[in-house]
Amino acid sequence: MTTLPATTPKKLGLAIDLDTCVGCQACVTACKGWNDQGAGLSDQDPYGADPSGTFLNRVHSYSVQPIEGASQIVNFPRSCLHCDDAPCVTVCPTGASYKRAEDGIVLVNADDCMGCGLCAWACPYGARELDADQGVMKKCTLCVDRIYNENLPEEDREPACVRGCPTGARHFGDFADPESKVSKLSAERGGFALMPDLGTRPVNRYLPPRKKDMRLEASVLAPLLDIKATGFAGWLDRVLGKI
Amino acid sequence: MHPAPSVIIFSVFSGMGFGLLAMLGFGFAQAYGIAGFLWWGLGYSLAIAGLLSATFHLANPKNAIKAFSQWRSSWLSREGIAAVATLVILAPMALSDWLNLGWWRGFGCVGAVLALFTVFTTSMIYTQIKAVPRWNHWVTPVMFMAFAITGGAILAGLPVALWLIWTVGAALLAMWWIGDGAFARAGETMGTATGLSAIGEVTVFEQAHTSGNYLLREMIYVVGRKHAAKLRIIAMGLAVALPALILVLIPAPFGFALAAVSHLIGALAARWLFFAQAEHVVGLFYGQR
Ligand code: SF4
Ligand code: SF4
Ligand code: SF4
Repeated sequence: MTTLPATTPKKLGLAIDLDTCVGCQACVTACKGWNDQGAGLSDQDPYGADPSGTFLNRVHSYSVQPIEGASQIVNFPRSCLHCDDAPCVTVCPTGASYKRAEDGIVLVNADDCMGCGLCAWACPYGARELDADQGVMKKCTLCVDRIYNENLPEEDREPACVRGCPTGARHFGDFADPESKVSKLSAERGGFALMPDLGTRPVNRYLPPRKKDMRLEASVLAPLLDIKATGFAGWLDRVLGKI
Repeated sequence: MHPAPSVIIFSVFSGMGFGLLAMLGFGFAQAYGIAGFLWWGLGYSLAIAGLLSATFHLANPKNAIKAFSQWRSSWLSREGIAAVATLVILAPMALSDWLNLGWWRGFGCVGAVLALFTVFTTSMIYTQIKAVPRWNHWVTPVMFMAFAITGGAILAGLPVALWLIWTVGAALLAMWWIGDGAFARAGETMGTATGLSAIGEVTVFEQAHTSGNYLLREMIYVVGRKHAAKLRIIAMGLAVALPALILVLIPAPFGFALAAVSHLIGALAARWLFFAQAEHVVGLFYGQR
């Protein structure tokens, strides 16, 4: 059903910390690895000259130049934001795309998808990629097959990208609950939504990079650079200096 | 946006076909016997050829039948239903004209309204997409409707086509004029896409992947825009100016036939631009539009 639930009791999503993310692409790999089971996510010409593939999560790197001070690098993971007002869902003609009433996760039922690609056009965030081999739309599932999976040990019942991140830059939780870890993190750090003016009401939040320390004009090691060499090294220094 | 031939052919052919079906349905042009058969046949063929072409755009056409199910929310679903309903409801009228049965024109009028509604639903598939600011404006349905009604009138051999064709000219100019500033007016930048504008000016340091992907191929189509200005002149010339001249100078029916061919080619050029010049906000993440 491609009409959206009026509201969902839970709003599961991710809080992504742009301060801690080092751009290592571990979440990209973890996501691809976990979701490559079953029908999987196909690649085309993966080891050839022009490789291409289906990914549910991509990590960009940006350089940001403040008005004053040095520019900074911000690594930027991009996956589905599980929007409350998901335009990708309402445009779908087949009913393949839907938003779960119970927890707000936006999913595609591959058995119904006709591969028209309209949902990918409707998504402002590039969160949907058509699988070129299977001809159906793929998107982040919020690892719905992990988070409720009782066959997994407790600590693994979170998205693969969250579990795989070595710096703990991705946090999973319920944004409808103001006491949840992600809600608190977002409140503390001023978490923001992407392109809010487009009216999609994303659930995921991005935590902004923290203010960087002031850049020192001279290196802290500067005094050490003046060390006078003694003994043999001193003699060598003097001799070489004269040549 | 990637100007896929299947989608360009679909929207131009089916638009013109439904336009002609509307003219025939209303009874603005009437012919009986063989002529009636050929006229209706042309309308049906164009509409159906367009719809078939659209299915070539599907990566998984075996599920196409399910596209009739989500009319509550989806313009694409509504289009499918409206198209099929039009073709079914107009069938008795076509039969009546062909065999000169003189049946009540009510069927024809309902079908004609539905035919125009079908074109409107097609246009709304694009208009609804906020992520493509150039399309997200009422001028998009106006342009689609102008093309369908004018194309239909030319094919139906109606003298009023000479006047209608200027609505296409006006709609194209409005579309280009409004569209050229649409992305800037929407106000989305690399800064709002990443939310980093609060810190400073954002530029791409390193792309997320070193070779192409679906997003780049489908939504971040930058090839061929450099000829846009020339193509606009070609589109305007072939879709509007030349057919108008032909209609004035060459008597019917040859005038209408020639005008129709010129108009069709012009419409294809204009529709190519409609896609190729449309920029999707996802391009902001890549620093390309
Ligand atoms: S991020 Fe895109 S795919 Fe995900 S819910 Fe929002 S609009 Fe849909
Ligand atoms: S590609 Fe599939 S999921 Fe997306 S709109 Fe088309 S049918 Fe729906
Ligand atoms: S939640 Fe799962 S599917 Fe979504 S990006 Fe993370 S690993 Fe991929």
